[in-house]
Amino acid sequence: MNTKNEKKRFLQIDGVQTVVASLICIALGLIVGYIVLLCINPAGAWDAMTSILKNFLYFPRPEVALEYFGSTLAKTAPLLMCTLSILFAYKVGLFNIGASGQYAVGAGLALYLALAFHMPWYICMIAAMIGGGILGGIAGILKAYLNVNEVIAGIMLNWISLYSVNMLLTNVKESSTTYTMALKTNSPDGLIPSLGLDKLFSDNRYVTIAIPLAVIIAILVWILMSKTKLGYELKATGLNKNAAKYAGMKEKSNMILTMVIAGCLSGLGAAFLYLSGIEQWSCAQTAVPAMGFNGIAAAFLGGLNPIGSIFSAFFIQHITSGGSYVDKMVYCAQISDLISAIIIYFCGFVLFFKHCMNRKAKK
Amino acid sequence: MALLLQYTLIYASVLMLVALGGCFSERSGVINLGLEGTMVIGALGGALVMKYMGNLPAALMILAVIIGSVIFGVLYSLLLAVSAINFKADQTLVGTAMNLLGTAAATVFVKAINMGENVNNVSSSIQYIEQRKAFSAFKIGNFEVSWFMILAVVLLIAAHIVLYKTRFGLRLRACGEHPQAADSVGINVYKMRYAGVMISGLFGGIGGIVYITAGVSEWKFENGVAGFGFLALAVMIFGQWEPKLIGLAALLFGLFRALSNVYSGFDILEMLNIPSAVYNMLPYIISLVVLALFSRNSKAPKAEGIPYDKGQR
Repeated sequence: MNTKNEKKRFLQIDGVQTVVASLICIALGLIVGYIVLLCINPAGAWDAMTSILKNFLYFPRPEVALEYFGSTLAKTAPLLMCTLSILFAYKVGLFNIGASGQYAVGAGLALYLALAFHMPWYICMIAAMIGGGILGGIAGILKAYLNVNEVIAGIMLNWISLYSVNMLLTNVKESSTTYTMALKTNSPDGLIPSLGLDKLFSDNRYVTIAIPLAVIIAILVWILMSKTKLGYELKATGLNKNAAKYAGMKEKSNMILTMVIAGCLSGLGAAFLYLSGIEQWSCAQTAVPAMGFNGIAAAFLGGLNPIGSIFSAFFIQHITSGGSYVDKMVYCAQISDLISAIIIYFCGFVLFFKHCMNRKAKK
Repeated sequence: MALLLQYTLIYASVLMLVALGGCFSERSGVINLGLEGTMVIGALGGALVMKYMGNLPAALMILAVIIGSVIFGVLYSLLLAVSAINFKADQTLVGTAMNLLGTAAATVFVKAINMGENVNNVSSSIQYIEQRKAFSAFKIGNFEVSWFMILAVVLLIAAHIVLYKTRFGLRLRACGEHPQAADSVGINVYKMRYAGVMISGLFGGIGGIVYITAGVSEWKFENGVAGFGFLALAVMIFGQWEPKLIGLAALLFGLFRALSNVYSGFDILEMLNIPSAVYNMLPYIISLVVLALFSRNSKAPKAEGIPYDKGQR
């Protein structure tokens, strides 16, 4: 009897419910993904699925695996920033689908300042942050004063910023390819220092202080949301705009401020990726960066909690990187995009899962 | 000039069809942000028909292509209908998931087909050079009228009649304005919303196939439809959720989209020496400006985006 009561309470704790609901989403996503793999080619499906889930563990030698673990972490840092950007805005009742555009602008400014003016990394980072913030602010102003749906405005801004950044970065691209020049050879000052962190990951030079910085920012966002007056006001605005106004809060400037902060976060994320030198921007890019959209998956999978999103961002990046290890003769790498899209879709059912758990717990 | 007019009309047809889809869904009370993904899946359906049934006589093939797109589009829109109507899911989130899912699923699927035919073919394109020729109805000089333009006009008129002249349309609109009131007089809100979302899948699917056959004879599904579904939503808002106005709004947006395809044909524009990226951005900039000007007094259906709960007062 006693244990039964404890079990009931255990299922009713909000955090436990969130974790269970997220795990259900992941499981459903993986099952549907596996079925798709089976439909394409039954023979290699299991191998493909395991290589997606193993990612860096794909390499048998521990040193190599550790090095690729470092690369996955280096890409998790920017994803975590986009995730924080989306969940922060969502808490205030705004869907920041423009994270991709803010991310693109951040990448553009960071790389341009680094490559054209050889600025040190921290200046580039701040510029990326401001750039993303301004773009977020535009969407916020449009929403607060002109009642423009932030999702549609965000998508339009995504495309506008993608084309603008392509135009800007064409000035600093390699002459023979469409990619921007490598930071390491052209302006080493622009690289984020690693302060010895690379030694931990078999000398993987992409492992920089960006990774611990991203985790610290996640904790700061959590403190801001749940421990400060500003966070309280922002959440109140998200719950009921009119009630917040009636209680004397400046609901319009709260909305704009939210979008500016969200934009800063995604802009900074881009700096974390491109200033580590792990990737170069392709000026012929015709698709909006996927990072912002994967951030949506991670934000909802993490139960819209900054601390939870540290883990969910890692998971999403883990399977995205793992997608590149599937057998290219049988499947394509986009299979992991498909799985994360399915996971986002099932995240829509989280409320329903929680409802079921509550009903079960009451019985 | 004829080319500009032709592209304007074909892009306007796409935007109008998809915007009408959005209009039906929102009028019933469900925000359909997944139109972009619906377009991709609809386009995939049509492209597969063209690939495997390309030998049919022209008229039959056009019909088959449209049916293929409609079936794919409607089935795909059920993803939104089930989650938003039965499970009360967040419509923005589900719409976004559908957009990502549409492109990813189409890419995986087309790549699997291509690799099945030839192991070294890892592209995500489907070609339809010969099949596409069947779509042109007749030519006036250089100006080519496509069957799809005619279809778009017919569907526009049909949409107007259905929304404003039939009992079904009145009921659909009631569910978007005040579902509780509609329920109290015996209208099944869930059924009406299902109908609205499925009609939007129908329009989105047709819009998708018209878009990919507009200017090119092969489509790379990795690229999706480049934000066209969202441009269509801007057209819908600009058109104040009314078919007639949506038709006019689509023409304006179609013109700007067409400019980015054909600007090099005009000496004046060529002389200005504006980079092509600016023309690519133009439709998006215009829609932002238009949204900023016209969203303030929007006549959006009052109950859109709110899941219907029978117990709520």
